[in-house]
Amino acid sequence: MMHDARCTIQDTGKMKGKLFVGLHVSCIMYLVSVISILLFTVVPADAGLDVKREVLENGLTLIIVERHNLPVVMVTVGIKAGTLMEPEEKAGLANLTAVLLKEGTKSRTALQTSEEIEFVGASLSASGGDDYITATLSVLKKDVSLGFDLLSDIILNPVFPEKELTKKVKQIKAGLKSSEESPGFVASKAFIKEVFGAHPYGRLTSGSPETLDKIKRDDVIDFHSKFYLPGNAVMSVVGDITAKEVKTLLERFFSEWNAKELDAPYLPEIKSTKKRKTVIVDKDLTQANIILGHIGVSRDNPDYYKLSVMNYILGSGGFVSRLMQNLREEKGLVYDIHSFFAADKYGGAFQAGLQTKNESANTAIEEVLKEIRKIRNTLVSDAELSDAKSFLTGSFPMRIETSRRIANFLVAVEYYGLDMDYIDKYPQYINSVTKEDVQRVAKKYLDPEKFILVIVADQEKAAIRPEFK
Amino acid sequence: MKKTFLLIFLFLLFFAHSGTDLQAGGSVSLHEEVLPNGLKVLLLRDINAPLAVFQIWYHAGSINEQTGKTGLSHLLEHMMFKGTHKYGPKSFSRIIKRAGGIDNAGTSRDYVFYYQKLSPDRLHLSIELEADRMQNLIMDPEETLSERDVVMEERRLRYEDDPQNLVYEEVVSAAFRNHPYRRPVIGWMSDLKGITRDDLWKYYKTYYVPNNALIVIAGNIDTDSLMTMIKKEFGAVPKGPDISVIRQGDPEQRGEKRIFVKKEAELPYVLSAYKTPNILHEDSYALEVLAYVLSSGKSARIYKSLIDEQQIALSAGAGYMNIQKYPFLFYFYGTALPGVDIEKVEKALYEEAEKIKKNAPSEREVQKAKNQVEAEFIMGKDSVFFQAEMLAIFEMIGDWRLKGKYLEGIRMVTPEDVQRVANKYLIEDKRTVGVLVPLKRDKK
Repeated sequence: MMHDARCTIQDTGKMKGKLFVGLHVSCIMYLVSVISILLFTVVPADAGLDVKREVLENGLTLIIVERHNLPVVMVTVGIKAGTLMEPEEKAGLANLTAVLLKEGTKSRTALQTSEEIEFVGASLSASGGDDYITATLSVLKKDVSLGFDLLSDIILNPVFPEKELTKKVKQIKAGLKSSEESPGFVASKAFIKEVFGAHPYGRLTSGSPETLDKIKRDDVIDFHSKFYLPGNAVMSVVGDITAKEVKTLLERFFSEWNAKELDAPYLPEIKSTKKRKTVIVDKDLTQANIILGHIGVSRDNPDYYKLSVMNYILGSGGFVSRLMQNLREEKGLVYDIHSFFAADKYGGAFQAGLQTKNESANTAIEEVLKEIRKIRNTLVSDAELSDAKSFLTGSFPMRIETSRRIANFLVAVEYYGLDMDYIDKYPQYINSVTKEDVQRVAKKYLDPEKFILVIVADQEKAAIRPEFK
Repeated sequence: MKKTFLLIFLFLLFFAHSGTDLQAGGSVSLHEEVLPNGLKVLLLRDINAPLAVFQIWYHAGSINEQTGKTGLSHLLEHMMFKGTHKYGPKSFSRIIKRAGGIDNAGTSRDYVFYYQKLSPDRLHLSIELEADRMQNLIMDPEETLSERDVVMEERRLRYEDDPQNLVYEEVVSAAFRNHPYRRPVIGWMSDLKGITRDDLWKYYKTYYVPNNALIVIAGNIDTDSLMTMIKKEFGAVPKGPDISVIRQGDPEQRGEKRIFVKKEAELPYVLSAYKTPNILHEDSYALEVLAYVLSSGKSARIYKSLIDEQQIALSAGAGYMNIQKYPFLFYFYGTALPGVDIEKVEKALYEEAEKIKKNAPSEREVQKAKNQVEAEFIMGKDSVFFQAEMLAIFEMIGDWRLKGKYLEGIRMVTPEDVQRVANKYLIEDKRTVGVLVPLKRDKK
């Protein structure tokens, strides 16, 4: 059944062959962007989550939350086998390994795997990432054995058939080409490249056509055997299932997942020097797609929560943010504008992103810089501070509304080294932030002089002023 | 990609007469009531839900607009956030966010809806604020002009600079000759420029009336106290005149329509749409199963054939849009891999349709589709938002009880039914096809 009224935006996922979703509904604003930004910022309140965590003998970290509201089980497995672990010249290897998990195992062809899981209305997915790759299972309780059987099969026994690899590489390359149709993708690609340089965070998870061509089947087999280890993984199981049942399933289907020493690769350091640079991309567009930003912080930065509050006021608070108030509400320049700190394990970026008609590109850039200067130079008001705190602390339960969200969330909590009681501590982290803290972190982590500016637009119409070039 | 959202209420198969509490058994119950001024209220109590959602729906989508004023319904949706005399400008979202909630709205061809997601003990905010903005918008003339600019940016973002969406807009517009579904919700750019404050005001006063509205609240809620609050805030709002029903129909289509969009793009794309009935028609269940058999997952026919075996498409699929108020579309789409002619992709899509027209799908394929529908049904219940939304969509089409009927209908579908509806609706002369022809930009 086709859904006609989705407001939270789904038509951003071009890679996924989007269609119709969110097409004939227009909303007052995008919402998902806010949520995803806050994924690691905002955490469950009391919400009554009884989280059981333990490290099994083989090294696997297992997290279980019993939730018996529906006969459904959601599993998320995060494995530290993301782009961080791949060599630069074979960029895309980590992602390719992940997406090939489902495409053939010792006992099942790709088609058999999808037929078996789809027949019971369940879903099984595997996708790449920078910090870690993710495999997920969504299954009805009655089919949970089958689900675990398939989940273990794709993680433990993939054979990476040459034929499937060739097909997948062709698909990924075509996907990259197709993404060039999206101005947001083009801008984002250029931005991370400038900010992170040679670090894996500076390139696309999918790799490039050139690096993909260098990947052989043996590379994939090797990458899998090296990094898909239990001691390198976190599994969360959420839903209508007891800890005892989970253990039984693991014994039955994951008993062959043996501990092995991990040979972790050398990670290039992120050069955190800021620089002033503009990247111009000329395209036949009606809007300029603009990203302004620079290096940010890693997830474990002690100022992280202060930055969450500061950035809520600056640009992640939706309608109440200063950027939205100024550029949309007062000037009618944009439909959407957001700023955020993308904070990963080893580093991150700050960025403000917007789209405006080509002709108003200069004005929009100017206004973003004005807001950045303002929050650095002046204390925020009491009302702004208290509004930010009450939203950030009060909106907790929304992040973990469903079993699917809880499962994904807990893997992230584990990976980023946040204790399970982080959930309880979060409100006090946020509530202790002062106006002075906000100004201090704005001064320290926002830079209105040395920043990367990416402008994807019809450059003749945008006529970017020399000072922004 | 076919994405399905479902009818979440197995328990609603048990019908009861209206105006009372309908016990669903277990942890969920529904209260239905109509206020004397015509405002319909549905309260869904789910004691397991951590959050609550408030939604108000108006029969005020783009089908209600006049020629030359497309985009009016959606622009008004934007204006609803611009403040009332009581609370002043810029206050709505601020109040909700301060309460730890989020709020947003959406406009479709059939309706507009507003929602807040928050803790159940804050629902009084939604009730007070929505009752207020149903009647007391400021709609400042200058703010109106500025918001028109915002919507034009939205149009550029979603359509002008998105080649595949442009094809979609063109195909729908070409498929319907006379029915108001031909108008894009976002509106044509030239119309947007001409919408005035007076247009908006007239529309607001006509359509934003209790007898044209539906409230749905879901979550771990206290039904009695909410009803009291709703009666207090909305009870005194006067009933408006009856809203006239859309009667424009389309002339019979007597041959394929084909449109082209030439635009800077990377890969060619095709979208082919057939007119089909909506959920109110008994064929809708078999059409739904047909869409699943063709396109639900990697083991479904289109993925298997076009992407896996023939390797001609980057993405391809089919879908059935059945929860519109009036008959809408069944569609096929595909993006060609580099170097592949889009004609080849289009032909391969039709071949999948032809196969089913010749031979009914297997029992197993049909059973798989049914299992997928049922599983989505159950999994969807985890989100209180979707529970409320599905309830509302069906009520807006005619009756929330249709939801129960839907699942029942799906269970009855046979392979022969699927074959029959494929033959009945997937007819060349009745389709509208859109093709994206990628242009490479001449460097200036």
